[in-house]
Order: sequence, then structure tokens, then C-alpha cells
Amino acid sequence: MPRDILTGTRIRERRTLRQMRQSQLAQAVGISASYLNLIEHNRRRIGGKLLLKIAEALGVEPSLLTEGAEATHLAELRETAAEATSRGAELDRVEEFAGRFPGWAGLVAEQHRRIRALEHSVDTLSDRLTHDPHLAAAMHEVLSTVTAIRSTASILAEDRNIAAEWRERFHRNLNEDAGRLAASSQALVAYLDRAEDAAAEAAAPQEEAERFLSARGFHLNELEEGAALNGAEDIESPAARHILDTHAARYAADAARMPLDAVRAALAETGGRPDPLALAARFGTDAATAMRRLAALPREVVGADLGLAISDASGALIFRRPVSGFALPRFGAACPLWPLFAAFGCAHVPVRQVLRQAGRDGGLFEAWAIALPVAAPQPNSAPLLEATMLLVPLRGPDPSPRAVGVGCRICPQGDCPGRREPSILAEGF
Amino acid sequence: MGGEMAKHVMLVEDEPNIIEAIRFILTRDGWRVDTHSDGQTAIDAIGAANPDLVILDVMLPGRSGYEILQELRERPATEGLPVLMLTARGQTKDRETAERIGASRFMTKPFSNAEMLEAVRDLARA
Repeated sequence: MPRDILTGTRIRERRTLRQMRQSQLAQAVGISASYLNLIEHNRRRIGGKLLLKIAEALGVEPSLLTEGAEATHLAELRETAAEATSRGAELDRVEEFAGRFPGWAGLVAEQHRRIRALEHSVDTLSDRLTHDPHLAAAMHEVLSTVTAIRSTASILAEDRNIAAEWRERFHRNLNEDAGRLAASSQALVAYLDRAEDAAAEAAAPQEEAERFLSARGFHLNELEEGAALNGAEDIESPAARHILDTHAARYAADAARMPLDAVRAALAETGGRPDPLALAARFGTDAATAMRRLAALPREVVGADLGLAISDASGALIFRRPVSGFALPRFGAACPLWPLFAAFGCAHVPVRQVLRQAGRDGGLFEAWAIALPVAAPQPNSAPLLEATMLLVPLRGPDPSPRAVGVGCRICPQGDCPGRREPSILAEGF
Repeated sequence: MGGEMAKHVMLVEDEPNIIEAIRFILTRDGWRVDTHSDGQTAIDAIGAANPDLVILDVMLPGRSGYEILQELRERPATEGLPVLMLTARGQTKDRETAERIGASRFMTKPFSNAEMLEAVRDLARA
């Protein structure tokens, strides 16, 4: 069910929350109660002045009625369902669920994030238990000492005729081993405590860094002015701090090459259209720098929120700036049809495509992508590439947008040459 | 062990107090016990001692018990020598590794003295 036809559902929810009767709201906006009833049951489309009047009467922003707070949860809800297919979640009604119960939808999404973080911790700890040589050595020390104590104590307990010289020796050994066991046990506990902390820290550091950036709108004023990043000290995980520091260094370098005021002026000259190739030519930078720079600008400068995805050569998304209407998978692999990945096949050559994500009503996006080396070239060595993709919401129509997905499991496209695994969306098959 | 010549066991282990305890219980049972603590030179020590049975710890300084066992099995003189492996890890894969390489028996630390004695006696009879 497309999101915009859930507007009525949201109006009903908001009206109920305000304890208004249907007739009261209808009277306030100058329509009949029966017509409002049709709207609230999504049987009449609504827009324009009437929507503005209803939003005003309900005391909410109109966008909250047309887009809903739930939009951000949809991709996560689909991912949640994808990982629990046996539960038979009604995927065809996911938007209705998120629209009618945004609080519950948010809770399910939050629980899903939490479960993924815990699974990550378990994997990290398992890896340590299996492969960590320090832990293996510590366990060996403890068990060897316990073995010596057990054998020695048994000898003393079971053999009452043991020679005095041996008895003394074994008592001395027991004393030594007891002290050694105490020390090695304490060291092991301390080590496991550190390992647990490290596992907690390792729980999706990329997400932690992206949450920090999202809260700042991905625009970092202090870096624009040449100062250091603020607030990173509040990030507890060293791994997330490292990601943020790396991002900040790149951001600062980009800002130095393409200062905010100069970019603002350049955009104004071109009617505000965010064209990364034109900007790259204007500032003498590469296209990836211009894409990152555009995605870091405030909405008022570029006229819209832009999305950005960066992939390393393995296809892993190492940076995501989400944009409404084009979901970027939080976990797992993305859609191989994205120009982000096509760019790897023609390094240094910019790719431009108009995209629409299948099964979504997020509209059209102009996608710009390019793959460039991340390090200086080495003799006789293939360059290590990184691909960058900028997503610009497209206002006008396009005759032949390319249909792409989010990731295979939640993509409805049935006949897709890039499909890795079946979709859980029935309409895809 | 009656009037028979005492059987000879080589204990390759690096924990002195384990060595002392095992040496005591095996000696009391009539075994002649030699010990060695360095993984790097264990093969030569075993070859020189020519024991009836080897008790071999997995985690040794210099070289692991698995490597030593593998080399013992590759040498004609020791390919059939009974070897009791001792390890602090009781995971299935450790046991499988020991069996694959050719351990005669596998024992997880901490073991009881009775278990140790029974295992050694069983291997001597085999």
C-alpha cells in the first residue's frame, strides 16, 4: 500500500489522539463528517488546501500526515521480516502497520537493531574464544594448575602412608599452585571483562558513527571552519571513534578544497542543481570529492536532502547517508544493480542513471557514481578502488528510470539477473 | 607388575607440579618414569629413551604436542608407539585432531589420578 494513501489513516490516528470527534474535525475544516470518514478510511485521496487545513486543525506538520514518522522504519521492518520468514509477517501491510502504529513500528525496529548488535557481540566473543591465543594460553594456565592441584591433593588424601619428604613436597606444591591459580584466575577474569567490553564496542561501530552524523544532519559546522570535530569524545566505542575521525579528516579535506560559500555561489549560478561533475570541474577536484561535499551540505544550500553511499572493493557499504525514498540496507549486501557497483567496472568513468527503487513510492532519483583508487598507484599492482554514489531526488519525470532494489531479500523484482537469493515478497515470484 | 621388568613411560609436560604428581603415582604403580619439558627437543629425547609409552601434553614450549605426535607417526621406530595426549581443551575438534594424527588416547585436563592410571595401564596392555 503506497504511503500517500495512508494519509487518511494518519489523520484518524492524530484525531483520536487529540480526542476529537470526526464531526468536530469535519466542521473545523469545512467538510461533511461523511466525507471525512471516507478520507480517514483512505477511500478518498487528499491534498492541497484541505490537507493543510486538517493539519492545522490537528496541530501537526502536513508532512507528518503525508509521509508519517514511520517512513524511516519501513526498511528496518522489512529487514526484520526477511530474517524471520517463518513468522509469516504480513509484508503487504507493512506500511499500514507503520502508519497506524508508529510507536510499535519504532519499537520493533529498535528491537531488531538491538538483536543485530547482540548477535554481533556474540560473534565477536566466539571469534575470540576460538582464535585468541592469549585467551587459549590463559585457559591453559588455569587448567594446568587445577590439574596439578587435583592430582597432588588426591595423592595426599588417598595415600596415608606417604613418606614425610613427599608429603612436605606435595604440600609445598599445593601452596604454590593455589597461589598460581588465584593469580591466573584473576588475570583471566580481567581479560574476559576487557573482551566483553571490546565485544560491546564492536557492536556495529559503523552504525554508531552514522547515528552521530545523522544527529548532526551530516553537516559539521566546526569542520567547515577548520576546527576539530565536536562531540566525538562522547562516543564510547574506540572503533566508532576511529570511523568518525577518519570521516572527519576526509570531510575537512573536502571542505578545504570546496569551501561552503564558494559551493553555495557555484550552485546558485547553476540554478541550485546539484551536479557533481560540474562542481568537480569548477573546483578542480575529482567527482567523488564533489559527491561527498554535496551530501555534506545543509538542505537549504542544495534544496533537498541528498543520499550518499560509499562502497569498498568488496561491495561492503562503508558509509551511508540515507535519503527518504531510497533505502540503503543496514545489514547485508545491497542491490547489485546500483550504479555504485557498476562504477567498479569502469574506474574513473562517472556513471549517471535515473533510478526508482522497486516496490517503493519514493519517487525518482538521479544517481551519480564513480570508482576511484583510494591509494597511490603501486607498480604491477591493480588499484584498490572505492566507489561513491550520490542520490539526488528528481523532481521531474523520466521516460525510462532503471528499477533497482534495496537488497535481494526484500526486493519484489522477480526477473532480475542480479538476484542472489529469493525474495520474501510474494509479488516478486 | 609382579616380577616383570618395570615398564618405561616418557612424560612430555612442562608443568613441574604436574610432572611431580604423575611421576609419583606412576612410580608407585611400578613404572619407570622419564620426563622432558621442551617441545623442540622432545623427539630426540623420546628416541633416546625408547619408552614403552609416551604421555604427551599438547601445549608445550617450542613445539606443539600435535606436531611431535605427527613426527613420531612418520618415523618407523615410533609409528606404533602408544601415545596418551593431554590437553586443556576438550573440544570435539581437538579430540578429532588428536585421533586423526594418531593419538592412542586423549585425556582432558583436569583429570583424576585414577583416570590417568587406568589409561596408562590400558595402553600398556594393548
